[in-house]
Amino acid sequence: MPETTEKVAVNCRVNGLEQTLHAYPMARLLDVLRENLRLTGTKEGCGEGECGACSVLINGRLVNSCLVPVVQVQGTDIKTIEGVALSDEQLHGVQEAFITCGGAQCGICTPGMVIAAVSLLDQNPHPNEAEIRTGLAGNLCRCTGYIKIFEAVVKACQSDGAKA
Amino acid sequence: MDALALLAGEPGVWKPFAGGTDLMVLFESGKLAHRKFFSIWHLPELGGIEVTPERVSLGALTTYTEVQGNEVLRREFPMLCQAASETGGVAIQNRGTLGGNIANASPAGDSPPALLAYDAQLELVSQRGTRLVAYSEFHTGYKRMTLGADELISRIQLPRVHGTVHQYYRKVGTRKAQAISKVCFAGLARLDQSSIREIRLALGSVAPTPLRCLKTEAVLKGQKLEPSLINHARAELAREIAPIDDIRSTSDYRLRVAQNLLQDFLSQLQQQV
Repeated sequence: MPETTEKVAVNCRVNGLEQTLHAYPMARLLDVLRENLRLTGTKEGCGEGECGACSVLINGRLVNSCLVPVVQVQGTDIKTIEGVALSDEQLHGVQEAFITCGGAQCGICTPGMVIAAVSLLDQNPHPNEAEIRTGLAGNLCRCTGYIKIFEAVVKACQSDGAKA
Repeated sequence: MDALALLAGEPGVWKPFAGGTDLMVLFESGKLAHRKFFSIWHLPELGGIEVTPERVSLGALTTYTEVQGNEVLRREFPMLCQAASETGGVAIQNRGTLGGNIANASPAGDSPPALLAYDAQLELVSQRGTRLVAYSEFHTGYKRMTLGADELISRIQLPRVHGTVHQYYRKVGTRKAQAISKVCFAGLARLDQSSIREIRLALGSVAPTPLRCLKTEAVLKGQKLEPSLINHARAELAREIAPIDDIRSTSDYRLRVAQNLLQDFLSQLQQQV
């Protein structure tokens, strides 16, 4: 694609809705989601792919949205934390489990943790302990509340809601 | 491919972007010299894993996730799969590519030692045509490589691994997940009763480039696996590598760990005899 300092139009689907994103091609998907669409559930932690706070799903795959130039999401299907709940009334099983198990403290890592857990259970509905740890390895919690987060994912695997 | 025309038209001006896991960090912090970028992420010519009786050909855009999911790679190239599984977390593995790992040219990359031990070849493509280079000759100095300003890495070719082969891969980092290696070791050997018929050793984070250790291999090849040989090999390895002090580790630590990993590999081979 040619060099441009102009904004481009990127068409994609975000949480089930068709969107045209007007942004500089090298803008981070993270910033475009937060600023253009006001989807501020996706957080910026480190901004360099170490912490997972900005995790979203692109075509069902977990990515760090701080490392994705928006021009690369043309034609894709994106899911953010805002699109995880089943409806306004019903949370996803992973979200329910995080609440039940106290899997959130300050909350900055929580959207990314939930997205990573949803991604894990989408690919592997019955992960063992090692697989859960691997699935969350790219997400840091600086409150270090890892045990409760881990327990929440274990609980989500046991409930039917996990597959929703 | 339009990408090759861009590169040929203004050599050195354009920077290709694949999964962005390294480049976006540099771009955001203003550390990329380039001002013009193009995305190769969606180019089908640079993707896919093809298997023939002689070789496995991996598109440069093959992600770490794709590496881990491929049956042939899991069976014959477990060191590459292990390297892929230890590179970042799932989100990085979904976006990071083998071609990008090579072109980033970090001496601390996780897949290069495995690729060196597998005798990989790189296919480089430009408007002038396609050429193959041995991966062991690709990195020529710190962040320097045999890649023309008009060329892209298109594929990574691995000769199939047949027969009984012993493979050993170990990455040593500060923690198990998300760490960049302090030392990374890949070893592959075939035994002939009690002696080493063939051996290939490659290390990361111990020199300005990922390093194939031909001199240490020469000490070992054809020899009987005895304690004196292991000591001899440890000494040769110390001469062959050139680890430094940096933010992740020290020269002394890296040297000791590299020698210990070599010894661990050779001890495991000894148990196979």
